Amino acid sequence: MAGVNMTAALRDGVIGAVVAAALALPMLGFRLVDSSQALTLSTRFDWVAWAALAVGLGRFALALLRDTLPGRLPALPDWGARFPKMRLYVGWGMAGFAFVLPFLPIADRALVDKATMVLIYVMLGWGLNIVVGLAGLLDLGFVAFYAVGAYSYALLATKLDLSFWVSLPLAGVFAAGFGIMLGFPVLRLRGDYLAIVTLGFGEIIRVILQNWQDFTNGPAGIGAIPRPSLFGLVFTANAPEGKTTFADYFGLDFSGNHRVIFLYFIILVLALLTNLFTLRIRRLPIGRAWEALREDEIACRSLGLNPTTIKLSAFATGAMFAGFAGSFFATRQGFISPESFTFIESAVILAIVVLGGMGSQIGVVLAALLLVGLPEWFRELQQYRMLAFGGAMVLIMLWKPSGLLAHRSPTIRLNQEAG
Amino acid sequence: MLAVENLHSGYGRIQALHGIDLEVKQGEIVTLIGANGAGKTTLLMTICGAPRASKGRVLLDGQDITQMPMHKIAHLGLAHSPEGRRIFARMSVLENLQMGGVAGDPAHYAEDLAKVLALFPRLQERLNQRGGTLSGGEQQMLAIGRALMSRPRVLLLDEPSLGLAPLVVRHIFDLIRQINRDQGMTVFLVEQNAHHALKLAHRGYVLVNGRVTLAGTGAELLANPEIRAHYLEGGAHGETA
Repeated sequence: MAGVNMTAALRDGVIGAVVAAALALPMLGFRLVDSSQALTLSTRFDWVAWAALAVGLGRFALALLRDTLPGRLPALPDWGARFPKMRLYVGWGMAGFAFVLPFLPIADRALVDKATMVLIYVMLGWGLNIVVGLAGLLDLGFVAFYAVGAYSYALLATKLDLSFWVSLPLAGVFAAGFGIMLGFPVLRLRGDYLAIVTLGFGEIIRVILQNWQDFTNGPAGIGAIPRPSLFGLVFTANAPEGKTTFADYFGLDFSGNHRVIFLYFIILVLALLTNLFTLRIRRLPIGRAWEALREDEIACRSLGLNPTTIKLSAFATGAMFAGFAGSFFATRQGFISPESFTFIESAVILAIVVLGGMGSQIGVVLAALLLVGLPEWFRELQQYRMLAFGGAMVLIMLWKPSGLLAHRSPTIRLNQEAG
Repeated sequence: MLAVENLHSGYGRIQALHGIDLEVKQGEIVTLIGANGAGKTTLLMTICGAPRASKGRVLLDGQDITQMPMHKIAHLGLAHSPEGRRIFARMSVLENLQMGGVAGDPAHYAEDLAKVLALFPRLQERLNQRGGTLSGGEQQMLAIGRALMSRPRVLLLDEPSLGLAPLVVRHIFDLIRQINRDQGMTVFLVEQNAHHALKLAHRGYVLVNGRVTLAGTGAELLANPEIRAHYLEGGAHGETA
């Protein structure tokens, strides 16, 4: 028995080595060196050999281990199922921690900044979760609504001089309108087809933003977007005419950190509102209808549910939250351009939802920490951070194929023996 | 109660029904039997509004519902337990039943729920279980229970015996009889399992290639030699037990 497996393992190793060599040859084998005269091509075939050897041995070892360790990777215990209340406590614990985070001794400006970034993605993840996780509509163009929200605020603030707090709901309304606009043409589409059209929609919005020079200022973007104020208190060193600064009002020394922490709290509250909304609406008829639609559209219709309104409301609601997140993004950055709203953003948000376990609220937080937080924190690793990121993704797919906190088991699972 | 007049329907250019006439009277169980591909499910779905009839009429209590969208028809008192059950697999049994009540009057909800759970005690036991984890028979009970939640005037059942063990089929059919007898529910039952369906039904129709070829009371059809040969004795779709 061992002999048979040995040949299979050897073959696996050799194939792995050959593939690695083929991939490594152009990527590692050749190198452009900028010498004083001109660019010269240098070779380092020893690197290719090492890479092939490492991959080959790795594949070989994996193939052997797969046969010797029947369970392969140890299964992670399903804590959620074991302690049903735990999710609730963890959720409250995380929210509490998020509220005190800026005042902890470990919190410096950089940390709060990164946490703000993570929270934007948590909010986007929760918004997309309504569309993908609850209503089961695969949306690959979610960033479009984020962009609509950001540009709505930027334009309302710079052209019409509206404040952040007035523009925020307006941006949500605009984004929801765009959600309905996207919803109509895709009413009859499902699955892959829906994904392609939404992807196209995301690109259309970005291309429009890029080319409508007069309105959006094109690729140059919109700058000098005003910062939000706290009930009229501004976060600057010197108060402009007729305004009071936050530091003066509370008798504090001015510090740039105040504004960073203030922004952090805005997005924290916005994200928590998204979460509360989702938790609440799941118990209401419309939320139930979204879930039913995800499960079976024909059954929904035969029970008297109108799929048109259900789908449009899901698109609109998800888009609205993306719009809120977008206007926050605009006010935080102070500058936006179409470049911030590329497809990769949609992909990251979708990855957060899927990785977190579709429909799981805490899962989205964990996945956002992992996908947005980790790469930020490991910036020191430079180019290797993407490698670590890829490795983490592979591990998660092996361990938790249905997401970090899937609260439903998959309908079909591969046979243990077959794997 | 429910009448179908000269109904033509199909998918795209493929016509599946060629002028169907049938009627289901108040308080009756009427069955439609036929082989695979005869158009049974198409007829039921056309009554429900998808696909849309290309010709002919569907009347519910004299009201023409032929051109109505599917979700509106449900609100008129026509409940449908679709082929393959189509329960919401990742929602709980209770949530499934709640969805069934969408077309009903919210004021009746608690009463209807109690009625359905009394009819199907198994669902009561599994109220918080996910629909997809139920056995086939329980899923069928859930599909019927869900359809009953809207307090319909006519209950359409599409192959409730599909994929179920003979003993379970008998149980489901007993329940259908009970619903009809105790609640006076009008039932239109589409079945491949001709033997059980004809024994249960007051009247029956036989559908062959999109046309009704025979009609009669359940007992008449059961005794009909042609039907015995095609659908019952040794027939691929019959059950001789």
